[in-house]
Amino acid sequence: MAAKGRIVWVSGPAVKADGMSDAKMYETVVVGNSKLVGEVIRLTGDVAFIQVYESTSGLKPGEPVVGTGNPLSVLLGPGIIGQIYDGIQRPLKELSKASGSFIGRGITTTPVDMIKKYHFVPTVSNGDNVAAGNVIGTVQETDLIVHSIMVPPDHPGGKISNMVSEGDYNLETVLATTEKDGEKISLKMYHRWPVRKPRPYQNRYDPTVPLLTGQRVIDTFFPIAKGGTGSIPGAFGTGKTVTLHQIAKWADSQVVVYIGCGERGNEMTEVLVEFPHLKDPRSGKPLMDRTVLVANTSNMPVAAREASIYTGVTIAEYYRDMGYDVVLVADSTSRWAESLREMSGRLEEMPAEEGYPSYLASRLAEFYERAGRVRAIGSPDRDGSVTLVGAVSPSGGDFTEPVTTHTMRFIKTFWALDAKLAYSRHYPSINWMNSYSGYLGDIAKWWGENINSDWLSLRSEAYGVLQREDTLKEIVRLLGPEALPDEEKLILEVARMIKIGLLQQNSFDDVDTYCSPQKQYKLLKLLVEFYRRGQQALKEGASLADIRAMSIVTTLLKARMDIKDTEMSKLDQLDIDMKEQFKSIIGVKVTN
Amino acid sequence: MTAKGGVQYSKIAEIKGPLVVVDDVENAAFDELVEIETKEGERRLGKVLEVGNGKAIVQVFEGTTGLSISGTSAKFVGKLMEMPVSKEVLGRVFDGLGRPKDGLPDPIADKFIDINGEPMNPEQREYPKDFIQTGVSVIDGMITLVRGQKLPIFSGSGMSHNILAAQIARQANVVGTKDDFAVVFAAIGVQYSEAEYFRRSLEESGALKRSVLFLNTADDPAIERIITPRVALTVAEYLAFDLGMHVLVILTDMTNYAEALREISAAREEVPGRKGYPGYLYTDLSTIYERAGKLNGRKGSVTQVPILSMPSDDITHPIPDLTGYITEGQVVLGRDLFRQGVYPPINILMSLSRLMKDGIGAGSTREDHSEISNQVYDAYSRAQEVRALAGIVGKAGLTDIDLKYMDVGDVFEKEFLTQATDENRTIEETLTILWKIVSKLPKNEITKIKDKYVDQYYQEN
Repeated sequence: MAAKGRIVWVSGPAVKADGMSDAKMYETVVVGNSKLVGEVIRLTGDVAFIQVYESTSGLKPGEPVVGTGNPLSVLLGPGIIGQIYDGIQRPLKELSKASGSFIGRGITTTPVDMIKKYHFVPTVSNGDNVAAGNVIGTVQETDLIVHSIMVPPDHPGGKISNMVSEGDYNLETVLATTEKDGEKISLKMYHRWPVRKPRPYQNRYDPTVPLLTGQRVIDTFFPIAKGGTGSIPGAFGTGKTVTLHQIAKWADSQVVVYIGCGERGNEMTEVLVEFPHLKDPRSGKPLMDRTVLVANTSNMPVAAREASIYTGVTIAEYYRDMGYDVVLVADSTSRWAESLREMSGRLEEMPAEEGYPSYLASRLAEFYERAGRVRAIGSPDRDGSVTLVGAVSPSGGDFTEPVTTHTMRFIKTFWALDAKLAYSRHYPSINWMNSYSGYLGDIAKWWGENINSDWLSLRSEAYGVLQREDTLKEIVRLLGPEALPDEEKLILEVARMIKIGLLQQNSFDDVDTYCSPQKQYKLLKLLVEFYRRGQQALKEGASLADIRAMSIVTTLLKARMDIKDTEMSKLDQLDIDMKEQFKSIIGVKVTN
Repeated sequence: MTAKGGVQYSKIAEIKGPLVVVDDVENAAFDELVEIETKEGERRLGKVLEVGNGKAIVQVFEGTTGLSISGTSAKFVGKLMEMPVSKEVLGRVFDGLGRPKDGLPDPIADKFIDINGEPMNPEQREYPKDFIQTGVSVIDGMITLVRGQKLPIFSGSGMSHNILAAQIARQANVVGTKDDFAVVFAAIGVQYSEAEYFRRSLEESGALKRSVLFLNTADDPAIERIITPRVALTVAEYLAFDLGMHVLVILTDMTNYAEALREISAAREEVPGRKGYPGYLYTDLSTIYERAGKLNGRKGSVTQVPILSMPSDDITHPIPDLTGYITEGQVVLGRDLFRQGVYPPINILMSLSRLMKDGIGAGSTREDHSEISNQVYDAYSRAQEVRALAGIVGKAGLTDIDLKYMDVGDVFEKEFLTQATDENRTIEETLTILWKIVSKLPKNEITKIKDKYVDQYYQEN
């Protein structure tokens, strides 16, 4: 029975209503005469404490509150890809039809077009027994996505009857009926799933396949695995959003869920404007054909910001269950944590650090645990993954604040953005000394098998140069560079070349924005070879000035922009040129 | 939304700080406008912060000084706070609550708009990309402003932010267009002289008749400052999206706004976030800053240049910090440059315009703009490192190439950054100086510019 109560108190997004003894925790309720959407977050006697997902301006005590009997859920079915949703899965396009350029309130819409017909191809027949998670047929959702219609995970299973034949149907068509113990249940193209409950899977795999993002500092130095977790903290202006956009654009996953959680409106607009024109480097199709956006910008109601993260991850899990690799990017989890803090404050809960609720850490842990590479339930066998990447916006750029420190406990790849690097326009400003990846060992095998067996040792050698430079920098700061011997100056020079020629990447440059793993490997190899040959040349009597004066230095620094992924042989030519130039400077010394 | 039959008079039960608690409230709505009337018949405005169980907590904009519990009554007006708008607001001066301050009668309203506005639907936004030429080289060349952007100036006490903002307001235009434009200026708790400087500057340039001024000066009630930016932006949105004008909004000083917010939060005994500011400061600031932009299918735009003074010049203070997370970049003034007498004293390394990449390039400025500015950023940052090094080892310990970078730093500050307060440089002039700076370096140091541009623009010494 649905609860029916009355508002007794309003303060910002928080509302109390009495007469709600029938309400359940986390039940969705309809609040007030303007029918705002809310969710029950505490029950005391017959008083329900409700967080409202829309602006409560003008709401009055005495107005009605009606329960829906259901927890906050998302609709899962074809039509989700390419959409831009608010935090509770209302399509922003439909909202604009109802209320124009600004977002109105109390608007009800369906998350996807229920009338649109899809060409359904059944994969089971009448009389077959199906269980939860089984695929009963497929539809082509976009050019890139074949959408499996699955028996909902909470379905008891049963024998199929009344199966439709191949043809065009809309979402409301009953495709088949299952029967078990006399109970008949209709199957449609969609089902609903509560957002706060992770979708079940059969078993989890170790993350051993890298998620290739085309970003050198990520793939080569601090990689993330498919089904892994990563976090990207940074003060404002350090390039968090650009880096996340790059991952969303170029990651080699089949589906991308991008959550703009309490961030700028124009950033979502940018994705909307840009993605339809950008081509997926593997399929050549528009990126929008694989992307779902969830947008709760900073000035949209704060409670819906809390929900947006769950809405996004549930959609990600749904596509995972079809056997896709999904990347979920959440920008920014700090704003999500702040919405928790705000509601917690209104609930007058005892605060922990900096006013955040004591359950902040457990909520973060629950969220990041929804990542993983899994075998889905039901047949046929499907392996998919959800990779979670969360931005953190630490106040004052201070990584010791609660959201950053708690996040670090639950993630394995940490890309620390550095304001100093950003100030000198070293982008992406991922600090190579403070960042880490817990997947390096796991995915080294993949690079070894697919690219080259010496990848890990090259990477270690290059990273070693950066570490040496970090120590030498202290000496230079005190004594000046001239105080160092040539061997150490060479390290400084090579570190500079690695920084400019490899770590830096211009996301606004047509060529440099995406770098294939093959090109990454060759650039890495060239720079390491430069270092090895440089050491050798110094031993054989060349001076550092000779090495610096070689024209190959500038060529190597610009190779990332000048040489396209399709012109790999040019990189091989650079290696030959480099060898020649080194030979000539040693030669000069000898003849002298 | 209007509450039906909302008019009622209620008694005051408690007065604390800027808040009054009203008793026996039957029919008040959250956020509703309230009129407080004293025994002497004086009227003040307020709004409902919390309502329930027969009580309402009301924030009084003009402050509670002089209010007494007996004899004071509250009237719930039955509507949210609204600003009357029409084309006639142009050229007018209002107080911090949007009431005429120039001795003229209320403008005849075309319509009344809720001052809180509604969030723009991101799906309906138009991505900003029209280059605004401000005539200030460092902004046009390195921190480009575009129409519909929100680009704050982070300053410190006593620095020249107002002169800079006034110069931008006078000179800003989109090259090659004759669009209708307007300036909305909101003074939030600043000294009278600063507000007056701005007014005079607009008057002298003849822009006053296209301007709307909202003045809450330092001696005006502090709580009014919560409203001032909102009425200003309501008018700006009306001018932009109803009348199709390109509106530049200057809000100064947002630090005073945040302090007023903290005062209310403290009076409500809320759990504070950092430095006593409420945990929702970010969300609250965003409801101001996000009211900038362009909309699909509408002609006008709202561009915001908020000014805030960083307490103790600390950029990690919650106000600049949270602002920077919302705005599309920041223009940071540097104390060192200011002390050296440089105008405008902009620290470019800490400054950034996020929308620059789409506002520049072939078709709007020039095809080499992005690369030359990247190279200058890089070179200037190297110059700072070299200067620091020279401070320790002396000039003698520097290499030849280091010395060239020193040179770059000097030319940058003396010839590019420095300009007169009435000097209006074209983008071509700005780019030419940028190439002059880069040309101080040998060609093999130029790693961020494509060879074809180097060939075309590099100035051989």
